[in-house]
Amino acid sequence: MQPARSLLDKVWAAHTVRTLRNGQTQLFIDTHLIHEVTSPQAFGMLRDLGLKMLMPERTFATVDHIVPTHTRVEPFEDDLAAEMIAELRLNTAEHDIRFFDLGSGMQGIVHMVGPEQGITQPGTTIACGDSHTSTHGAFGAVAFGIGTSQVRDVLASQTLAMSKPKLRRIEVNGKLAPGVYAKDVILHIIRKLGVKGGIGYAYEYGGDVFDAMSMEERMTVCNMSIEGGARCGYVNPDQTTFDYLEGRPYSPTGAAWAEAVTAWRALASDPACHYDVVVVIRAEDIPPTVTWGINPGQAIAIDENIPSLAGAEPHERASIEEALAHMKLQGGAPIQGTKIDVAFFGSCTNARLSDFIEVARVIEGRRVHPGVQAIAVPGSQLVKLECEKRGIDKVFKAAGFEWRDAGCSMCLAMNPDKLVGDQLCASSSNRNFKGRQGSPTGRTVLMSPVMVAAAAVTGVVSDAREVFGVHEGVSA
Amino acid sequence: MALQSITQVAGRAVLIAGDDIDTDRIIPARYLKCVTFDDLGEALFFDERFTEAGASKGHPLDDPERGAASIIVSGDNFGCGSSREHAPQSIQRAGFEGVIAASFAEIFFGNATALGLVCARLAPADLAALSVLVAADPQLVVNIDVANERVTAGDIGYPAVIGDSARDALVSGHYDPIGELLEGLPEVVKTARALGHEVSARSDAAVGAAS
Repeated sequence: MQPARSLLDKVWAAHTVRTLRNGQTQLFIDTHLIHEVTSPQAFGMLRDLGLKMLMPERTFATVDHIVPTHTRVEPFEDDLAAEMIAELRLNTAEHDIRFFDLGSGMQGIVHMVGPEQGITQPGTTIACGDSHTSTHGAFGAVAFGIGTSQVRDVLASQTLAMSKPKLRRIEVNGKLAPGVYAKDVILHIIRKLGVKGGIGYAYEYGGDVFDAMSMEERMTVCNMSIEGGARCGYVNPDQTTFDYLEGRPYSPTGAAWAEAVTAWRALASDPACHYDVVVVIRAEDIPPTVTWGINPGQAIAIDENIPSLAGAEPHERASIEEALAHMKLQGGAPIQGTKIDVAFFGSCTNARLSDFIEVARVIEGRRVHPGVQAIAVPGSQLVKLECEKRGIDKVFKAAGFEWRDAGCSMCLAMNPDKLVGDQLCASSSNRNFKGRQGSPTGRTVLMSPVMVAAAAVTGVVSDAREVFGVHEGVSA
Repeated sequence: MALQSITQVAGRAVLIAGDDIDTDRIIPARYLKCVTFDDLGEALFFDERFTEAGASKGHPLDDPERGAASIIVSGDNFGCGSSREHAPQSIQRAGFEGVIAASFAEIFFGNATALGLVCARLAPADLAALSVLVAADPQLVVNIDVANERVTAGDIGYPAVIGDSARDALVSGHYDPIGELLEGLPEVVKTARALGHEVSARSDAAVGAAS
């Protein structure tokens, strides 16, 4: 009998080509996702080395970071953005790579496109030149971000030189309180374990809360693994996973579907497998959570006060001081009531259909606060289309949100969507780093989409449970 | 395809104080709008160094006494955030050969090592002591002995951790793994077949051409 193994053990073993001289693993990559920002230099390196792609059918491309979301008229006003999309078109044509371009109707943030198309599958290794590749772990894939030289490695060899991570299981048991969302779960985990707690680890998310989550919620959690320092994070595949994947364009069909499901089921971690660390969290202890500082671990419950220097440990003082200065917030004051300028609802963390359904439910019949710019950016063209079929776009527009086209938008502001000056943004994205949203002095407060909606309608950081009331049994 | 062996890097150092220095800070996203890495050196820590009007904020990188420094000394979790290789590319193209920190974010560490940019970790107390020395003396030469995993500043030495696989890769000149990955192509194709993937004639031909 085989010793008990984790999903990570099983996937790693199946994808190990051989051991390299320095002890790393040459790891086979089943699925490679590329976009316009981190791939052009890799194709350049390939050309310089006189190499061809080994398995172009295993690479999929889309365009997301630099695309404007307010217009789709080309050429883009920004010459550099136009050059980048042109380069991706050339490279994908030259190497015969499947490209979900703007005209495909299937373009979107790369971490939306993989799952939507059924390209993201359990037990696969997935790499992409983007740190939020951890998103795909929601399907029981071992998925991680890579640098551009590594994009070149995958293009040329379909493999990477990797060290196997240790494994930490994060178990959240019990039932989330009403008004607490997947985003709150991951912000709470990062707050508790720290932004570097996951260095050297893969995170396996398990327990009642993850078992009960939809695939879209699991993606929200896995997406932010990297913000806790873990390059990859996954949930064991189960019936929820299979139900999501059945019938998608790249999912197996017919007899192959049944075989795949049997194989996928067997990938889940064996109950007795070894974990290097196990962390157990009570679902009931997780509040609606928002950030107050300049990294995602600087987070508090919505009804907590901002940390003050007075109460800080000596080693935390410098970072608290820097964060308070950048955020122009007062230590010891409540975060609730902090005036916002922009409400951004989008990004690969939270711009899926269920997010839009939930926010539409709470904002129907309400208005964005005067003076607040609120933008809603579906993560993909398919999400946008589905929202429009359901009339969700009309709810957003009636409330005073700008209804945009799919892209990364203001999550990282490599496109026209940017904060100006020291604007404060209530954001459903994943990073609150200094300057992240396009203005060096811009300020970001991370929160769930429903909390973004609450901030949008009140004009200040607010507890959505008080603004909208609580609603049992629905989550996004 | 072994490159030049990197057994040690040495030079004057710049202290970039603080923990969790993220890649957005190392290179703001607007500088990622490029199709080559060539000009990234100038963008290094741009928004930390200059006001929006372009005036110097007096950042340590712009200290005239520290021109031609080749070592960065920083805090914990250096390089956290995005996977952008633009970050270590920018550091290297600005003339730096090594970064000393308490710890490194994983993707940054891998990207840097593959470029031959040495990342050495020091124990927090040693890092604090080194930081004081570097801040006080712009002329101080800091040396990272890669082979022996040791950092020295003047006549004071500290044990450092580069890690077995990165150290071996740097010392042997195999830090860019592409050559070794390509040597494995026949086995890559076998693994692909074992995983149930169809291997096209084109892939088989590519293996033949490379071996």
